Amino acid sequence: MNAAGVTAQTLDLLIALTLAPVLSGWVAQCRAWLANRSAPPLLQPFATLRKLFHKDAVIAHDASPLFRAAPYLVFACMVVAAGIVPTLSTNLPLAPAADAIALVGLLALARVFIALAAMDLGTAFGTLGARREMLLGFLAEPALLMVLFCSALIGHSTALTTMVETVADAGFVIYPGLAFAGVAFTFVSLAENARVPVDNPSTHLELTMIHEALVLEYSARHLALLEWAASLKLFVYSCIGLALFLPWGVARGAAASDLLFALPALLAKLAVGGALLAALETVCAKMRIFRVPEFLATAFLMAVIGLLVHILLAGEA
Amino acid sequence: MSAFATQLVNLCAAVLLMVTFVMIAQRRIVTLIHLYTLQGLTLVVAACVVAWVSGQPHLYGSAALTLALKVILIPLLLHRAVNRLNVRWDVETLINIPTMMIIGIVLVVFAFNLTLPIARLSVAIAPGTLGIALACVLLSFMMMITRAKAVPQVIGFLSMENGLFFAATAATYGMPMVVELGIALDVLVGLLILGVFVFQIRAQFDSLDIRQLEKLKGD
Amino acid sequence: MMPALGALPIVLALLGAWLALGAAGLLALERQVFVARVLFPLGAALGAALAVCAAAALAEPPQSLVLPLGPPGLPLSVRLDGLAALFLLLLGGVSAGVSCFAAGYFARREGAPPGLICLAYHLFLAAMGLVLLADDAYSFMLAWETMALASFFLVITNDRDAETRGAAFLYLLVAHVGAVALLACFAVVANAGGGLGFAAMRAQPPAGDAATLAFTLALVGFGAKAGLLPLHGWLPEAHPAAPSPVSALMSAVMLKTALYGMLRVGLDLLGAPAAGWGVALLALGLGSALYGVIYAAVQVDMKRLLAYSSIENLGLMFAGVGLAMVFEAHGKPTFAALALCAVLFQALAHALFKSLLFSATGAVLHATGERNLGRLGGLMRYMPQVAWLSLVGALTSAGLPPLAGFVAEWLLLQGFLFTPELPDSFLNMLIPVAAALVALIAALASYTMVKFFGVVFLGRPREPALTAAHDASLPERLGLAWLAAGCIALGLQPLPLLRALDDSTRMLGAEALSATLGQHTWLVAPVAVERASYAPLLVLLGVGAVFALTFLGVRQLFHGRARRAAPWDCGFPLQTARMQDTAEGFGMPIRQIFEPFFHLRRELPSAFDRAPRYRVTLEDRAWRALSLPVARGVEACTRLVAHLQQGRIALYLLYSFATLIALLLVTMP
Repeated sequence: MNAAGVTAQTLDLLIALTLAPVLSGWVAQCRAWLANRSAPPLLQPFATLRKLFHKDAVIAHDASPLFRAAPYLVFACMVVAAGIVPTLSTNLPLAPAADAIALVGLLALARVFIALAAMDLGTAFGTLGARREMLLGFLAEPALLMVLFCSALIGHSTALTTMVETVADAGFVIYPGLAFAGVAFTFVSLAENARVPVDNPSTHLELTMIHEALVLEYSARHLALLEWAASLKLFVYSCIGLALFLPWGVARGAAASDLLFALPALLAKLAVGGALLAALETVCAKMRIFRVPEFLATAFLMAVIGLLVHILLAGEA
Repeated sequence: MSAFATQLVNLCAAVLLMVTFVMIAQRRIVTLIHLYTLQGLTLVVAACVVAWVSGQPHLYGSAALTLALKVILIPLLLHRAVNRLNVRWDVETLINIPTMMIIGIVLVVFAFNLTLPIARLSVAIAPGTLGIALACVLLSFMMMITRAKAVPQVIGFLSMENGLFFAATAATYGMPMVVELGIALDVLVGLLILGVFVFQIRAQFDSLDIRQLEKLKGD
Repeated sequence: MMPALGALPIVLALLGAWLALGAAGLLALERQVFVARVLFPLGAALGAALAVCAAAALAEPPQSLVLPLGPPGLPLSVRLDGLAALFLLLLGGVSAGVSCFAAGYFARREGAPPGLICLAYHLFLAAMGLVLLADDAYSFMLAWETMALASFFLVITNDRDAETRGAAFLYLLVAHVGAVALLACFAVVANAGGGLGFAAMRAQPPAGDAATLAFTLALVGFGAKAGLLPLHGWLPEAHPAAPSPVSALMSAVMLKTALYGMLRVGLDLLGAPAAGWGVALLALGLGSALYGVIYAAVQVDMKRLLAYSSIENLGLMFAGVGLAMVFEAHGKPTFAALALCAVLFQALAHALFKSLLFSATGAVLHATGERNLGRLGGLMRYMPQVAWLSLVGALTSAGLPPLAGFVAEWLLLQGFLFTPELPDSFLNMLIPVAAALVALIAALASYTMVKFFGVVFLGRPREPALTAAHDASLPERLGLAWLAAGCIALGLQPLPLLRALDDSTRMLGAEALSATLGQHTWLVAPVAVERASYAPLLVLLGVGAVFALTFLGVRQLFHGRARRAAPWDCGFPLQTARMQDTAEGFGMPIRQIFEPFFHLRRELPSAFDRAPRYRVTLEDRAWRALSLPVARGVEACTRLVAHLQQGRIALYLLYSFATLIALLLVTMP
């Protein structure tokens, strides 16, 4: 651990915290443009967060401490996850604390707590949301793990920083297994971030919502933290995707010049990715909830085939 | 240079396998035709790469033939047929889709293991792709078995032929031009016959459900 | 000749003290308070002492002793090595917590007289200890059978209940089928080597087909005890029928003795394993694990849910043993050590969290009288301490960082990731699929645990009587807290334990992991930091720091005002406890996705029913497929035998006469 590492780590966290709501705002903006609506400003999520933080929280009479602690815990998990994923630099002192598997575990921890908190009040929608979230989770989690394994086999490591360095160092090498993993990862991230074919982040239609049903009972600062955590999750997933499939441009050392170069690269990648996500959401129709397991099972099996293809084609090389 | 070409061919193989898997998971006929077109395109790319690396000019010919036939002509015919038959909606499969995909994985493992000894003997630029090609053939076969409607079955048949073509190109630098032309003609004639067959079923039973054919059995 | 004996005599003395406690229980047959307040706490103290001794013995060289007990010519020989010490640590640590809990639990009368329960309970503990120490086939089988019988008597504590009796007899039956297989296994091994002693067997292991036969028999015997797939049916019956501390011990420790046996026989006595054994274990273990977790997700009885979850965990452990065998067969002892460490770690973690959860169900059962998830709910408000402690258990069971369950899962997945370096291409293809299954099973386990915890402790009470529930008594809570502390401590600092596993892994044919583990204090990096690393304490610190900073920051920058109101629920005016998901409802997606796994019967109300009723019954498909033909066969046999019984005295006399004549004929010179 050195000063440069600490700088890079701090910068990484700060970028994640500030850029995550901007990314959500950017996707919302693109969606509005594509739907021919006038778009909200880019920094709208920050305005929403500020408004929510100023409000008085309304908490149900019989809410347990678990209910009140969950938003903080979910937010904390997402921040730590963002600190582990190499966004700007691979020189992160926190990164050895958790490799890819631990990252998936951290995300699962957040999921379990938000589902438990939703069950706490015993409302119909809360339990419905919890059940659906866990349904998504039990398929999405192994799928994500398989995607990460695919990269782990290429880099011979489950450490995210090593994976990034391997792919970035190899120059222009095509890994066929990664093609499968990429498709699977796209499916998983859509499902995990409550995006259109699976869930609609802007709906409050009772019977179709998943994520909104989970946070239905929250208000004010708790809701703000959960919203922030949701945008951090989108950011973390985007960064995992970039790290696994497009790692070029991530700084190796912690030299200021490296970081200066890495930031525009990250911004450009995120801008394009966000626009693509918005386009995907615009052209897709939301599917029935019982098609979702099929969708995620496809992702899971795709990732497994990716592993198999990688082993077959790597075995001969 | 050769390493890069190998990677490209491997990538084509992976895309081919992926498209075949997506076909298995796809209920909508129009999407199936799009996927078939994509398969054709992959084959064209693969053939061009192999031709370029191995320096066998006749492969360019077969690439062009593939382009004309599998990317343009057959999809066009299929689209027309689907429009005239008016079967654009979803078609349920006989076995549910996750189960089919699990069977698919088993088939992939089987195919990979089957071809591994052959691949070790091969000197072609991407011998590992032989397993993928065989897996594609088996998967398409399975798709034919598990579809109850005639059009997806036809597409399954065509994609099976794609798997074979890929095996020929990637593993053995293609077949002689005469054979290739013959196969192309075969596929076309097969398609036409199947087309006539589909329209006949439709005229006879007012449905495209293959299960209707069971009624033809004499009691 | 005799080296310094170290911990072995102390361990034996502690086991003897357990027996003495049991005998004391027999003297105080009906004195509930004495048994609960004196004998069980003493047993807990002995357990803690045993754990300390075993921990000290982990680093010591193997010690053996011959006890001049039993029939002439057949003394009991015992040996304490690293592996046995590890499992004794598990036994001691878990029994300390569970006995403490039992001191509160058995303060209330349960079926049989308290003294008898005390006897069977401590006999059970001592027998498990002896199973771990046994150094010859005779002692092993003696202890094994004592363990089975003692636990049978514990299961049948509430013998007035017909269901309990049925479950107990089923358990006894399967236990004996397993024991017969084990006897045969030892016979095969002893036949090849020089007798019943484990040392002789180790020196001359059977080869070729005999070895495979011995392995198969051991797999049947230990698999039946561990609840592996076709012989798992007794487990979800016996665990709910037994009193909760007993279910806790059975699930946490007794099932582990099966794992211990598998390791001892499969990797120690039989010499170098064949790759085929590993693949068989891998397939069987993963199949059982998947089956168990899917059934756990749809259960409506909380103890049955936990029992199925035990099948899942044991399945994963056996799969891990299979992986280690594959590695060893292909000459990769470093990776085998990784897989074995994962298995052993998981054994310890599972023992802690499962005994915690089973004990917690006992507390819930005493507070509410309900085992059915459909009539529980909202207990976090009425028994908060039990709820928070079980939350620790549930999170550990769900395999979430930074608790102990996750470390085991992490190590196992790392083990799977090293397989591409195997020379066998078929295994190369197979093992990613296996890793995918492990990931799926782990994710389903967290689904199950959210269901368990959410339905029991969260939401609104589904029955009005639940509002009278109260927190458990002090010894009960102490026991739970001990076990929860174990889950947390192992999760946060797994390194000392992992380093202590060296002797065990080396003895099982693998290398020591600590060589590659390096000198890190906080970082678990089984091969190299660049390859994989995990620092649970850092993760916890990170999450905790962000949690605290956010909490303070929000209050500093904005405010901490809150109002209380009725739940919002989309503005729905009427809210009753019946509107939340039931246990069936929460398991419904699993039931739908994995429908072919279940034997399902559904009773749906019609639209015009005055009193609509919805009922789903699920039966265990694999168990039905195995048990029904067996039951039919037994019935057919009994019908045949019944022909002998005609009710006429003359006929019976004829049987005796014929037997006598036959015997005389045989003995004729």
